[in-house]
Amino acid sequence: MSSTAPNNLLFALADCNNFFASCERVFDPSLHGSPLVILSSNDGCIIARSNEAKALGIPMGAPAFQYASLIQQQNVIVRSSNFALYGDMSKRVMRTLAQFTPDIQVYSVDEAFLLLEKENVKEYMQKIRSTVLQWTGIPTSIGAATTKTLAKVANYYAKKYVQKEGVFFLTPALEQPILKSLPVEEIWGIGRRITDFLSRQGIRSAWELRNADDLWIRKHLSVTVLRTVWELRGISCLELEEAPAAKKSIMTSKSFGYPLFDFKEIAEALASYTARAAEKMRGQESSASYLEVFLLSSPSRDEEYYHNAVQMILPQPTDYTPELTHYAKEGLQAIFREKILYKKTGVMLGGLVPKNNYQLDLFMAKNENQEKRDGLMQLIDQTNRQFGRGTLKFAAEGVKQTWKAKKANCSKRYTTQWKEILSIKLK
Amino acid sequence: MSQKNLSSFEIRAASIWSAKADYPMRFPSFLTRISAGFPSSADDFIENQLDLNELIIKHPAATFFVHVEGDSMLQAGIQSGDILVVDRAVEPCPGKIIVALLNGEFTVKRMIRETSGKVFLKAENNRYSSIEITPETDFQVWGVVTYVIHRAQ
Repeated sequence: MSSTAPNNLLFALADCNNFFASCERVFDPSLHGSPLVILSSNDGCIIARSNEAKALGIPMGAPAFQYASLIQQQNVIVRSSNFALYGDMSKRVMRTLAQFTPDIQVYSVDEAFLLLEKENVKEYMQKIRSTVLQWTGIPTSIGAATTKTLAKVANYYAKKYVQKEGVFFLTPALEQPILKSLPVEEIWGIGRRITDFLSRQGIRSAWELRNADDLWIRKHLSVTVLRTVWELRGISCLELEEAPAAKKSIMTSKSFGYPLFDFKEIAEALASYTARAAEKMRGQESSASYLEVFLLSSPSRDEEYYHNAVQMILPQPTDYTPELTHYAKEGLQAIFREKILYKKTGVMLGGLVPKNNYQLDLFMAKNENQEKRDGLMQLIDQTNRQFGRGTLKFAAEGVKQTWKAKKANCSKRYTTQWKEILSIKLK
Repeated sequence: MSQKNLSSFEIRAASIWSAKADYPMRFPSFLTRISAGFPSSADDFIENQLDLNELIIKHPAATFFVHVEGDSMLQAGIQSGDILVVDRAVEPCPGKIIVALLNGEFTVKRMIRETSGKVFLKAENNRYSSIEITPETDFQVWGVVTYVIHRAQ
């Protein structure tokens, strides 16, 4: 199971500080130094905070309304999430990081693992950090160590201790003092449950976990935790992965801006979500063999939840939106009940197969229109990419779309829409 | 990858996403059919179609577009309504037109250093005065203007 990383190479974890908030600040400098929170779609939960907002005690994931008075009293600035912007800025950060090493694994929207040479690694990390900051305006923290798990620890220290200037090399000599002072729950892969269990066994620091007995871990926890323990010891068990595998199913679902009971409005929302999921699916060149539609009610205090779902097997794998929408609507008809207020609907496209790689049913007529359909979907995808999502929609998705989620304070899409680029007054 | 000499580290163009081009890719169209035997002598002269992105965007990750209004940079050829190509990867140095943050507000000026060593932000229009930049000034470079896109009619 183990393999030690090549002697002259280190794993480094680079991640962006307060990524969403930092993206907003690049284009709106008035946000610098202020407490700032970013809200999820529908302006529901707080999904990002600037350091100043963190200092006020606003927790991650909290429903926005719970902190409404604190937000008002402390003049906390609120922004709706601007995923078009964050996605583009993420690409820029990753592209910049990729200049420094060909061995990079993009782990999430704001984190990447890199393989770096040991020699002068601290100076190199400083160069990487200052380049990303100059090129994109996004501040990052970078930690390096002999394994990925230790690199995460190093990154944590780089962030926590300002005097580290945002970078930290966790050398083998420093492992003991650092792991001794690191609580076990801060380790990558160790969650609440495992922390509680370990605590009952008297294992509270990362150092104590590292020294635990292999067989005991294997017996009482799992091989995954054992791998983590080996990584803490400096034995690399996790390799730098390459491009992520294509998704096996694609789901799109969202809560409505306010509860709905009209079938027609819900069907419109569902058609829109289906179109979106289908677009994502075409992006990875798959077709769906079945889809699932689900509905969730918004009950009043005394009522029970109504939650239902239905699976629709498609006659042949397809990526053609009108066809998917048709079956999604049929599914909705099957599970829809009158006189219920609904909170949410969604669709999942499943049984994804590579587009041109499915077996034709003996009795299935060859689809002469396939080329036309492909051409149509290609045109729609291209247009939506160019002019913004939703430019071309199917009539089934509705025109007014009153069910759409709220987005009261969204910043502009400075990097993806010509009409929304930064505008400066020359004076 | 050379970490030994940091002032000139090797930049490798690494492709980390699957082949979905961010920018339109042009493919040369073949002038003649490829058949066994006789290639056309014109084939040696097939070149790529010109791509505007190649010309004006040297650092895609660091390039942003900014729309401007106003006449304070007329003499630099920047007119109201133009779009500026701003490259954050270019080192800002005296003589360059920069997008900057001055007292927290965006501005576009030419950066000047006088023989005395003093640094100024200069408009390109006599009606506007220069602003001196000292260590106390609330000033930060945002990017360097590399191209100005102006609509002819």
